[in-house]
Amino acid sequence: MAHFKKAKNLNEWMDQRLAVNTLKRVMQSEYWIPKNINFLWAMGMVLAATFGILIVSGIFLLMYYIPDTKQAFDSVNYTIMTEVGYGWLWRHIHGIGASLVFLIIYIHMFTGIYYGSYKRGRELIWLSGMLLFVLFSAEAFSGYMLPWGQMSYWAGMVITSLFEGFSPDLMGGALNAPGLVEWIRGDYVPGQAFLGRFFMLHVFLLPLVIIAVIVLHFGTLRIPHVNNQDGEDIDYEESAALWKAGRKKESKIIPFSPVFLSKDLFVMGVYFTLFFYLVFYNFSFAMDPVNFDPADGLKTPAHIYPEWYFLWSYEILRPFPKDLGLLAFIFAQGIFFALPFLDRSPVVAPANRRGLFHIWFWVLLIDVIILTFMGKLPPEGIWNDIGFWAAIVFFALWIALPIITILESKKVGGK
Amino acid sequence: MKELKIFAVVAAFSLILYWGVEPFAHSQMHKHVDGHGLVYDGKADTDEVKTKLKELSEEPKKLKEIISELEKKLVENKDINKTEVEEMIKSSKAKLAKIPEEIAKNNKLLTKKKDFWAEVHKITKLKGNPTVGEGGYAMCMGCHMEGAPNMGGAIPPPLDHAGAIYDKNYLIALIKDPAMAMNTDHKFADTMMHPMGSVKSMFVDGQAIADVVAYIAKEKAKEPTPKIAYQEACMRCHANRYGKLTQLGEIPKFKTDIMTGHSIAEYDYKKKVAQEQVLVSAYMGKLPPDLSIIYRARSESFLETLMENPQSQLAGTAMPRVGLNKQGMEKVMTYLQQTGDPSKPKREALGPWVIGFFIIFTILAFLWKQAHWRDLH
Amino acid sequence: MSDRRQFITGAGLAAFTGLGAIGALYAAKRSWDPLPSVAASGFTIVDLSVAKENQLVVEKWRGKPIFILKKSVDMKKDKRDIVVNGENFHISIGLCTHLGCIPSYRPEKKNFLCACHGGEFDASGNVTKAPPPSPLVIPPFKLDGTKLVLGEEGSEYKKLKDADLIA
Repeated sequence: MAHFKKAKNLNEWMDQRLAVNTLKRVMQSEYWIPKNINFLWAMGMVLAATFGILIVSGIFLLMYYIPDTKQAFDSVNYTIMTEVGYGWLWRHIHGIGASLVFLIIYIHMFTGIYYGSYKRGRELIWLSGMLLFVLFSAEAFSGYMLPWGQMSYWAGMVITSLFEGFSPDLMGGALNAPGLVEWIRGDYVPGQAFLGRFFMLHVFLLPLVIIAVIVLHFGTLRIPHVNNQDGEDIDYEESAALWKAGRKKESKIIPFSPVFLSKDLFVMGVYFTLFFYLVFYNFSFAMDPVNFDPADGLKTPAHIYPEWYFLWSYEILRPFPKDLGLLAFIFAQGIFFALPFLDRSPVVAPANRRGLFHIWFWVLLIDVIILTFMGKLPPEGIWNDIGFWAAIVFFALWIALPIITILESKKVGGK
Repeated sequence: MKELKIFAVVAAFSLILYWGVEPFAHSQMHKHVDGHGLVYDGKADTDEVKTKLKELSEEPKKLKEIISELEKKLVENKDINKTEVEEMIKSSKAKLAKIPEEIAKNNKLLTKKKDFWAEVHKITKLKGNPTVGEGGYAMCMGCHMEGAPNMGGAIPPPLDHAGAIYDKNYLIALIKDPAMAMNTDHKFADTMMHPMGSVKSMFVDGQAIADVVAYIAKEKAKEPTPKIAYQEACMRCHANRYGKLTQLGEIPKFKTDIMTGHSIAEYDYKKKVAQEQVLVSAYMGKLPPDLSIIYRARSESFLETLMENPQSQLAGTAMPRVGLNKQGMEKVMTYLQQTGDPSKPKREALGPWVIGFFIIFTILAFLWKQAHWRDLH
Repeated sequence: MSDRRQFITGAGLAAFTGLGAIGALYAAKRSWDPLPSVAASGFTIVDLSVAKENQLVVEKWRGKPIFILKKSVDMKKDKRDIVVNGENFHISIGLCTHLGCIPSYRPEKKNFLCACHGGEFDASGNVTKAPPPSPLVIPPFKLDGTKLVLGEEGSEYKKLKDADLIA
């Protein structure tokens, strides 16, 4: 057993028992962040804050929400929106938060791709981040079921139907489990069992897993440190010594708290100003009007589309026959995981210094945006063709990536 | 400076994304319908028939093209299902043969509508005498009285504020021929069959119509509350459960028996509502939706143009034109907002405070950041 | 200089954030309040004319049982009684003031017995045997002819309240 002396003050008392001084040093005052960064480096903390806000608003929604197919719609739209004090505020915050969290995730992802922040020891950061993206997608989808409106019901119907009668010859029969879709739904159509299990996933299992993976994501950052604007390999020990000696101008790094945090908070201020503008004045992009019609299993809405953040991967599955479409969808969701391994070049630098990769980056971004547009437009005429070719470009980009980066690698090696 | 440039790029892409999935996508999904300014002169109705006639006149050319293409295929005999193609040619030809008949039918309809609205226009020019009209109004009360039963359509709505919420021209047209005024004549082979069709035999003379409308405009013009406007104009078909309204009216309070947890009176009431809903849905073809939260589900312009002329938004719908004037429309929309989006005033009151808070927060955070970052470079 | 500036701006930001937190807590508190429909449903109307002598009628008000006992002439009158048309009624919330169990009425003994800890009340709700610390509580009411509106404070209730007789 450790030897305990009488503590002189509360801080010492806590330090004896919890090593708070060590914790502070490791996680704040000597958690070093490069100085050469821009506001895009604040997106991680913005995401953490948004997730926090989603949890808080979710707690207040949970207290009056009823996961019952007959009562869910009115519990949300009447009880919470009309009766509960500030219930409407929690709901709008929750809806906007769910939408904006994806905007920030995409900005965060493309920042990582642009600056090459997924290699040279940072592979696990990328992989755990992608895992978070998939988990957030599942969280968003399951949450979308809960108000039990027309969009909830038909999104549930369409997405689970992907697993209906998965063709035996395509996967050697492995996935054609009889009644797979009924097993997922717990019924022939999305009904009480479906709502109940998605409720459980949304408020318990998925948040639990997300919190665990967020901890992992932070953990993966600690040793390789975050990247910087030039992809420079910083000597952290040297820079840390300079900082501690008070030579702040010469040091290439800053402590997480309070210096990095002070900038984070400023960026968060800008972000939350926009966030609450949307909460109060412009929310229908995140709270689709169609979902204010109660679920009706006998009437499909005239236009059905997923939330905007799913549109690009939804569009990738749309032009293909069913089985191929499902594979294309899985490819789209999964291929980003492989980025650190498909990029064969050792260069860690912003894309504008990487020749062909620079073009690759912007084509990918624009292609994903085009896919997003096409995913929402009615699948007719010219939109169909554009969507098809954008999907082809998406696949081609990922085939091209290893080639481009091997060429780059040879050029660097040749120097 | 570099950061501002990066910010501009991120903001530009986010805005393009927003534009694509919201304004642009929705402009492609929903057709735009222009209202006609709450003027009920029949122009919208005759225009509808004219559009139909125009489409019909272009149809033969299109059909002939299709037929000749199909016949070409048949001659070339490229791997096609012969019987299927022959079947298609046959049905196209049948369609083609029917077109002159269709055109004649629509021409007749156009004349009928034109004549009808011309008559209505004539009556609007007459000066109505409210005192004489009172007698006519008493005939209306034969059906539109309190507690009136459903006589084959919906329960006749009360008319206590009819002069305040309905357009005068519309009321004249309605008394002259309900099905034509409501633009639901396509539903009735003979507009006499309309549940209110018998009014045509009650008021045969234009002056009588002018008198009764003058009476309504004078005596039934008290400004209603939004809820009463909804009850008179919409509720006989559309329940509003958040407003505690059924087709029968306001839902009464029931006392539950403490021993059994039952309330027989409530069961009786629910049964009556169910019976009424069965009647209304039989008449309308389906149960008209509950409008509790329609204000969030549809745009304001959709709701207003729909009430003005249902056919413009939902071609072929059984919903009758409501015939609201400006005040009536405002009242009904207010009620829909009260039940469908009651937090709107609260949002608007709280919004500036919260946004103001974050603007100040941002400024303070910037000052704190500057205090830390100024001696870093 | 720099440290001082960092401290002042930092403290300003923290204080202002605290202000926002108070606002958020207020919204949270309001969300935790009973719903308006719950507050509005806090009224129950009881018709006293149907009550029979020495027979306990139980009503429900705000989820709690309400005892209504019409006294027969031989039963002791009490200052806690409610008099309607010359007839005396005992009205109280049917929860034992000890720990909230529902006492049962015994017409032959004309008293209430609480099964949980053996407390007894007479037909006017006064404690005749411990452990209950105080008489059965009279709920807020208003008289409207022979109708009793529970949840509203009428003049008769206020009189009892001023005389400190409601519990």
